[in-house]
Amino acid sequence: MTYETIFAGFGGQGILFAGKVIAYAGMLEGKNVSHLPSYGPEMRGGTANCSVIVSDEDVASPIITEPTALVVMNAPSLDKFENAVVPGGKIFIDSALISRKCERDDADVFTIPATQMANDMGFPKLANMIMVGKLIKETEMFTWEQLEGAVTKLVPAAKAAMLESNLKALQAGYNY
Amino acid sequence: MGNKVLMKGNEALAEAAIRAGCRHFFGYPITPQTEVSAYMAKKMPKIGGTFLQAESEVSAINMVYGAGGAGVRVMTSSSSPGISLKQEGISYIAGADVPCVIINIVRGGPGLGGIQPAQSDYFQATKGGGHGDYHLVVLAPSSIQEMVDLTADAFDIGDKYRCPVMIMGDGMLGQMMEPVEFKDTDVSDLPEKEWATSGTGMKRKKNIINSLFIEASELEDLVLERQQRYEQIEKNEVRYEAVDIEDADIILVAYGTTARIAKTAMAKAKEQGYKVGIIRPITLWPFPFEAFEKALAGGKKTFLTVEMSMGQMVEDVRLAVNGRGDVHFFGRTGGVVPTPKEILAKIVELGGAK
Repeated sequence: MTYETIFAGFGGQGILFAGKVIAYAGMLEGKNVSHLPSYGPEMRGGTANCSVIVSDEDVASPIITEPTALVVMNAPSLDKFENAVVPGGKIFIDSALISRKCERDDADVFTIPATQMANDMGFPKLANMIMVGKLIKETEMFTWEQLEGAVTKLVPAAKAAMLESNLKALQAGYNY
Repeated sequence: MGNKVLMKGNEALAEAAIRAGCRHFFGYPITPQTEVSAYMAKKMPKIGGTFLQAESEVSAINMVYGAGGAGVRVMTSSSSPGISLKQEGISYIAGADVPCVIINIVRGGPGLGGIQPAQSDYFQATKGGGHGDYHLVVLAPSSIQEMVDLTADAFDIGDKYRCPVMIMGDGMLGQMMEPVEFKDTDVSDLPEKEWATSGTGMKRKKNIINSLFIEASELEDLVLERQQRYEQIEKNEVRYEAVDIEDADIILVAYGTTARIAKTAMAKAKEQGYKVGIIRPITLWPFPFEAFEKALAGGKKTFLTVEMSMGQMVEDVRLAVNGRGDVHFFGRTGGVVPTPKEILAKIVELGGAK
């Protein structure tokens, strides 16, 4: 099985970290993984994206041209990647930031007002984790326990409060 | 899964250098390799090493010359335009037989070019770059794990043959994250460098590090002696990966990032019934001529060289094939990365419809 996920949004939304969580969880499960970020000036406030492959096979090219899943957190990202998703793929849209509908009728589309939910929960920076939670729930890439284990290892032990809010945000997305 | 960690290529290779005993790093920031410098800046002060951001690439490479001459393991890192600036220093270092490791995380060129991945510095790396009769050993990893492993080897090769060694990656390898495992290497007992300007201790004649030799016959002797070391390198250090080359009709030739993409295309072509193999040079100099001998032992073959350039390594492929097969080329450049689909289309074009 090979999961090819593109995360995309604005710089500062934690897009690269969201991708890192998935790659890290895959590594812990003994899968082959790659995490390829966009880089350069676009990281500094413009659009940011990253391509994450989690596979039972060797990862040949880390570039994803036909994602099996797409997570978008701003409108330009939906415009850019919507048509690349494989037929039958899954598209996750932060509907608090993207008002338009997805035009693909051959993909499973999930809308979550993640940024709104994160603000309401008091973690305005953790909309990315809400999206990750939903992604994992719907793709079944990992179990909840595997996801929780990965995030627990990824967040430094010295930052226990940060871990707690990350897990809460993940759970909110997972159960949405 | 062992002790794997998820790391960005640039950071992984910096860590690998430290573990190989590198305690001196001189650099200057440039995308897409700046994380190498940043990692060294963070780590070196904690382990008693030297991190120095020079005022320019020219200064950085000359600091490398000095530190290498004193016998320590030293590294510098840059990307294409910065590597161009370092060429004079690299030639001096080669001319003075000083070992060091130089990282080039290649981006699109010429000129300032762009910041996206490219392989258009192949000629510069393998055919000189600087002036004079010299070679760099050029290592081309295609995964983060290989970047780590080759970094350790680069220091050993440099010390063994007293030559500068380049690791040539590209923007993608520098920026992507993959799981890596660091092997335990013991560098506490590296061989003494008797030629180094590390102080005589009043016990020996002073050593001199120099690349200026006015007397023609003296210079010729030195170049010839160095040439013998190059011949040893060509004999001992050639590395490549070859997959299914014996019974293939079409053999892909690609290195680094491009080799990964070529492998995806190869798998797809095989599904369609094409007999495809791949030669992946790991040392770009010395070039793995023997892989081509093996491939050609079974008769005439078609070779398809794929690069992120307008065709540079393909010239070495032609030298290796030497008229005994057809050599074709496909490349994208300027920071554009070829897709498996494009390479597959080229395979189908060469192999005929199935």
